[in-house]
Amino acid sequence: MTPYEWLQTAIFVIVLLVLVKPLGAFMARVFQGERTFLSHAFAPCENILYRICGVRKEEEMGWQRYAWAMVLFNLVLFVALFTMLMLQHLLPLNPQKFPAFTWQLALNTAVSFVTNTNWQAYSGESTASYFTQMVGLAVHNFVSAATGIAVAIAVIRGFARRTTSMLGNFWVDMTRCTLYILVPISLLAALVLVSQGVIQNFSPYKTVALVQPVTYDKPKLDDKGNPVTESVTAKDVTIPMGPVASQEAIKELGTNGGGFFNANSAHPFENPTPLTNMVEILLILLIPFSLTYTFGAMVGNTRQGWTLLGVMLLILLLSFTVLQGVESRGNPSIAKLGVHGANLEGKETRFGLAGSNLFTVATTGTSCGAVNTMHDSLTPIGGMVPISLILLGELVPGGVGSGLYTMLAFAIIAVFVSGLMIGRTPEYLGKKIEVREMWLSVVTVLIAGVTVLIFSGIAMITPQAVSSMANPGAHGLSEVFYSFASMANNNGSAFAGLSANINFFNILGSIAMLVGRFVPAVAVLAMAGSLAEKKYVPPSLGTLPTDKVPFALWLTLVILIVGALTFFPALSLGPIVEQLQMMGL
Amino acid sequence: MKELKPAILMFIAFTVICGGIYPAVVTGIASVAFPDKAGGSFITDTSGREVGSILIGQPFSDSKYFWPRPSAATDFAYNPMGSGGSNAGPTNPDYLKTVEARVKAFKDTGGAGTVPADLVQASASGLDPHISPEAANVQIARVAKARGMADDALTKLVVAHTEGRQLGFLGEPRVNVLAVNLVLDKLAP
Repeated sequence: MTPYEWLQTAIFVIVLLVLVKPLGAFMARVFQGERTFLSHAFAPCENILYRICGVRKEEEMGWQRYAWAMVLFNLVLFVALFTMLMLQHLLPLNPQKFPAFTWQLALNTAVSFVTNTNWQAYSGESTASYFTQMVGLAVHNFVSAATGIAVAIAVIRGFARRTTSMLGNFWVDMTRCTLYILVPISLLAALVLVSQGVIQNFSPYKTVALVQPVTYDKPKLDDKGNPVTESVTAKDVTIPMGPVASQEAIKELGTNGGGFFNANSAHPFENPTPLTNMVEILLILLIPFSLTYTFGAMVGNTRQGWTLLGVMLLILLLSFTVLQGVESRGNPSIAKLGVHGANLEGKETRFGLAGSNLFTVATTGTSCGAVNTMHDSLTPIGGMVPISLILLGELVPGGVGSGLYTMLAFAIIAVFVSGLMIGRTPEYLGKKIEVREMWLSVVTVLIAGVTVLIFSGIAMITPQAVSSMANPGAHGLSEVFYSFASMANNNGSAFAGLSANINFFNILGSIAMLVGRFVPAVAVLAMAGSLAEKKYVPPSLGTLPTDKVPFALWLTLVILIVGALTFFPALSLGPIVEQLQMMGL
Repeated sequence: MKELKPAILMFIAFTVICGGIYPAVVTGIASVAFPDKAGGSFITDTSGREVGSILIGQPFSDSKYFWPRPSAATDFAYNPMGSGGSNAGPTNPDYLKTVEARVKAFKDTGGAGTVPADLVQASASGLDPHISPEAANVQIARVAKARGMADDALTKLVVAHTEGRQLGFLGEPRVNVLAVNLVLDKLAP
């Protein structure tokens, strides 16, 4: 790395860490129902909302009811979005007159946005109207993020509370999260983005004359129906417009990742300058990292939160270093042709190598899945970095809320394994870890991985799936493997060469997204329910301290071992074989 | 089904707040505070005609212009309606042949020495408006010859149009191809 790249990365990490405590403490206050500086303005709105919706805010819910409210709310969201996409042609704010989505694509898109995955089998600028983008998709960016955070907060309460079965009120948590946290930060961020050139308007697409007209070969069918090309000259081009900034802000903040345009955060209208690039990376990581502080504050020991944050940051920065190392070396097959420089295929000039790579690890370390780099064109080991981050279960730092609860499931496994090794009853945060908690943690941690492996296997024996790979050989396997990893873990980024808008991926992918989202969410809520009922066990000499460096290192090791044991065979056949091929071995 | 009523009403309420009020407020403030930027940063040539957005690259191939990076946009290079990258994997034989052809084209048009990677590898968006200063420098001799200008004058022009790192440490130095070509048309039509 050059000194500038070090400096940029270091300043970024410092800014992020400085923000963790204030935002984390603020979120703890919001979810504990304490007054904040925004209460003056928002508390009346909040109360009106509850009255209209028939929510009694003092009424607490047990885990079953909390989970049921969450699932039902998401079901309503799904039905509404699916309907909206099927009726796009009848709805307003559609200056380009886009037709309705097909049902398969509508199904995939609706599931994708409800599950916070934002896998996109379509390209925004040529498929989705402003109404769909703004009223349909952007709303889901908020509420799917709020759903994840609400579940995480309920889980934290499971650890923090003693001998009760109550975990809070889902409607209240979801409302407070949206009103006090997501909307204000998004508003601020959207204005910063516009000030740098991210567009925000409702104009029709704009046609301008090119300085130099371009001639290209356009494919068409001749008289006999054979595909041929004809030479065409384009004198002008159409530039898409839209309310991009408002959507861009929540897309990153809620770790959603669904781009307004096909090129996502690589598009100059979504991400025009190096500064917007760093702001967007910051937005992606901000809430997941800050929630570790919220966790520490709510369980009454902030060191517990900092320990988890340390593990997240360690794995994230290690991944960044590997990615930066292999990408800066470039592609040996291209260097042979007399080309000098890093691997720049699928990267934008303005972000530089470090800005591209930092975005890549941030978006796959979380469940964001926005991209400013085309992951398909990374070098083989470079591409293995984002796949691995996704496969680890997106917990460094993970999606908003989902990252924290997955990390807590891993912490329980780490405590349990170490308990077995030293022959003590495992305890975490003063709660005895028993069979039920272990079962639920293992389900949370492994369900996505199992789905990925089974579905990728099915794809490999399905001709329709195999023929949609864009690149031959080992790289093609990586494309399919990445797509299911991305959907099952609710990431949404892709090795985008894969032609994913076919029934096979739309339908199987929808199942993967639903399983990957709701099985862990309900499992951790069930775990929280049983933890909340337990008595507090004060730490004794035999208790493993979980707020110290040795535990952080142990937890890191457990995460890496579980990840490696599950996925090493598949990774060997994809990226590792391809790296050897590329090096000419 | 006690939770069905809040589920439906909450959905409607948040659609109004997050899908209506929030974007409307952002649009309102943006159109007052940053009207040009919110509208797409459009620029005009000497005759006042809109010639595109400074943020969106254009396909130059004439030897009198600086050339941008290769573009993998759909239909034709730099098509703003078809943003996207090549998604070519690093060992894909077709991709390696494409790069080889680009290197050859570069050398055939008077490029000398090693080739800067950004001139033969496509961007992520297909609309990248920038090239590296090195990629501009290796094109100076060709552009100077086609326009009958002195190399020195062009070198100065490239230096003047090189944007440094933002705030001194963010991103990489770069040259906006559309901006520099518009100046060229003005200086030596």
